[in-house]
Amino acid sequence: MRGVPQLLSRAKHIRVGFSASEPVLAIQAGILQPDKFTQTFVQIRGLKSSKVISQAPLTAVDIADSGKQLKQELEAIVGPGNVSSGESVVLQHGQDEGPHPGKSPDIVVFPSSTEEVSEVCKICTRHNVPIIPYGTGTGLEGGISAVEGGVCVNVSKNMNKILQIHQEDFSAVVQPGISREMLNQEVRADGLWFPVDPGADASVCGMCATGASGTNAVRYGTMKENCLNLEVVLADGRIIHTAGIGSRPKKSSAGYNLTSLFLGSEGTLGIITSATVCLHAIPESVAAAVVGFPTVQNAVDTVVMTLQCSVPMARMELLDEVQMKACNEYSGLSYPETPHLFLEFHGSESEVESQTETVRDIAADNEGGEFQWAVQQEDRTKLWTARHRAYYADIALRPGCRSLTTDVCVPVSALPDLVTATKADIAEHGLIGPMVGHVGDGNFHTMLLFDPADPEEFRKCKEVANKMARSAIALGGTCTGEHGVGQGKMALLEEQFGKDGIDVMRKIKGALDPQQLMNPGKIFSRK
Amino acid sequence: MALKVLVGCKRVIDYAVKIRIKPDKLGVVTEGVKHSMNPFDEIAVEEAVRLKERKLAKEIIVVTCGPPQAAETIRTALAMGADRGIHVEIPLDQMDTFQPLHVSKVLAKLAEKEKVDIVMLGKLAIDDDSNQTAQMTASLLDWPQGVFASKIDKTDAGLEIIREVDGGLETIRTTLPAVLSADLRLNEPRYATLPNIMKAKKKKVVKMTPADLGVDMAPRIQIVSVEDPPVREAGQTVADVDDLVAKLKEKGFSSA
Repeated sequence: MRGVPQLLSRAKHIRVGFSASEPVLAIQAGILQPDKFTQTFVQIRGLKSSKVISQAPLTAVDIADSGKQLKQELEAIVGPGNVSSGESVVLQHGQDEGPHPGKSPDIVVFPSSTEEVSEVCKICTRHNVPIIPYGTGTGLEGGISAVEGGVCVNVSKNMNKILQIHQEDFSAVVQPGISREMLNQEVRADGLWFPVDPGADASVCGMCATGASGTNAVRYGTMKENCLNLEVVLADGRIIHTAGIGSRPKKSSAGYNLTSLFLGSEGTLGIITSATVCLHAIPESVAAAVVGFPTVQNAVDTVVMTLQCSVPMARMELLDEVQMKACNEYSGLSYPETPHLFLEFHGSESEVESQTETVRDIAADNEGGEFQWAVQQEDRTKLWTARHRAYYADIALRPGCRSLTTDVCVPVSALPDLVTATKADIAEHGLIGPMVGHVGDGNFHTMLLFDPADPEEFRKCKEVANKMARSAIALGGTCTGEHGVGQGKMALLEEQFGKDGIDVMRKIKGALDPQQLMNPGKIFSRK
Repeated sequence: MALKVLVGCKRVIDYAVKIRIKPDKLGVVTEGVKHSMNPFDEIAVEEAVRLKERKLAKEIIVVTCGPPQAAETIRTALAMGADRGIHVEIPLDQMDTFQPLHVSKVLAKLAEKEKVDIVMLGKLAIDDDSNQTAQMTASLLDWPQGVFASKIDKTDAGLEIIREVDGGLETIRTTLPAVLSADLRLNEPRYATLPNIMKAKKKKVVKMTPADLGVDMAPRIQIVSVEDPPVREAGQTVADVDDLVAKLKEKGFSSA
């Protein structure tokens, strides 16, 4: 139940009356949902300590009208076919691919241009209605859940063009409807690729919004290193370009780094309507390798030494023994059930050969087992099957279960301790939690399995996840390496940044979104 | 005994494009539409390159029959590892009537002229789905054919090929020279890398016309019309079984 201040801030119509018998204020707060209008009796004991004492649904027709008016205004901008409050449509737009149940927005709009997005924001600002940007809905932290209802702005359906490809400059400008696989398909004929790979076929602009990363980050960087410019529509409809209008230089010292500000802002500061991203040359030669170790420490030592030898690894993934067991069972493989490293080498043929030799030796020095490797495309695919299907393999460990996937990032040296402590915690709570890590970055995920019909088990998973995140912060890391804060990790943010750090963030948010309309309830709660 | 391989490739509308019928209903819209190499031909080129990497082939010649724009397709094949190219130019407005039989005649002539040991094609092109060229080329040359190949190996006597057929997999042995066509599972083609794209610019591409090879371009087939599949009609919801039976009777589906 929302507090009185939120209710009043969202109220469209306030009719005030006094009850004869008691000192209560009857407020008809018309918000947006026609069936949820409530007549709220508020006992006033001075403005500061008002208390809601009862609620009852209203059937006020004139309040429903305000919702209709909003819809009409939106239809005038994007066209009647591009506005929907149909049940299945709003349901789909409130739920992402994570385990947190999402709340549906009231209306979904499908704009076709940045200008339309701008007008939609102006309308929502005028009506004081929340705005939730939506890309592909492939996030995992409930970032698109319409916690306070509002208008979901689906910018991927109609805005789906690659605006520019600059082969010689290694960059491309894309609209939100372009996913990373679509971009790759388009540029591969030019010998280029977009290397940020978070697993899902996410919208590139959405990846900017969450500061996404993936298995290639150790060599090619995350979204933060691969974004040159963003076109953003602010809550009040103003359109800005974070690095300059039409700018795409590789570096700049001009003005504040707004690109960095909006990257990872999870839709709380504005809607990204186009992104200028970096492309890289497709490596001449690629080799893949898999090697097992007796302990996680051995594996991490191998990783640290490899990095110290300046081997430009393209992918370094750690799978723990629980994950290996899951992969064996799911994909019919027969790896030993011990921690394994999955590796990928990029470069010219001779470079790849020498890199592989170096790492093979380092692994052997650290009690590494059999070093399997492959060069041919199909063989590499087979070798990496275990890693690619990890998520499904985990779900198959307990058919019918879902997974609370956590994600933390710590300095690499702290990884073995964190992994050991988390494993002990998982065992103590009686849960199953396979682990997969982008170990080159010190970033790893635990897939905590839970029965969706068992809230107690989900609670235990949340407890373990929370503890893991807090340990990560204590070890000098971060509570989220790539998924974002969303709703799930808001409490941890203050622990990581301290009150003053969070206060600075709130001030920035307040400056850019004074009415608190942009994706409310994410990153930090309303003050 | 290193082999000489002739690989055919075709420039087609990209598989991801939404096809639209031309207003004159005699073909599809190609202007301004994204084109790329036929996916099965990519597999064919990849296999030829792998044969060279395994030292079983010594030279790969890539050939395309197409409009001036098809030069890009040859460059892609050269970037993947082919050694040189032959571009048999067909004017854009004649592409619709240039058919598999013509292509087969061109390939047969080139195979003889270049004295190749293997003609490697994709099993079909995704625009016309004909699946005829490899078979007709083999017939014109009177060479054995291994079509729908999913694995190709060299033996002392020639080639051993595993083919994908309806019932499963068929293993055949052929002598050389032979005509092969690539099926989906033969390999996963590589992406052209920038260094190879740059090297490809220096590789030789020779241009010629079908007439240069003595091939008669006259069409044997006339396209009568090209239409969209019929628009799916909306279904009808029936209230109960009696209603369903009544409707079926109405439509003449019931004999009772």
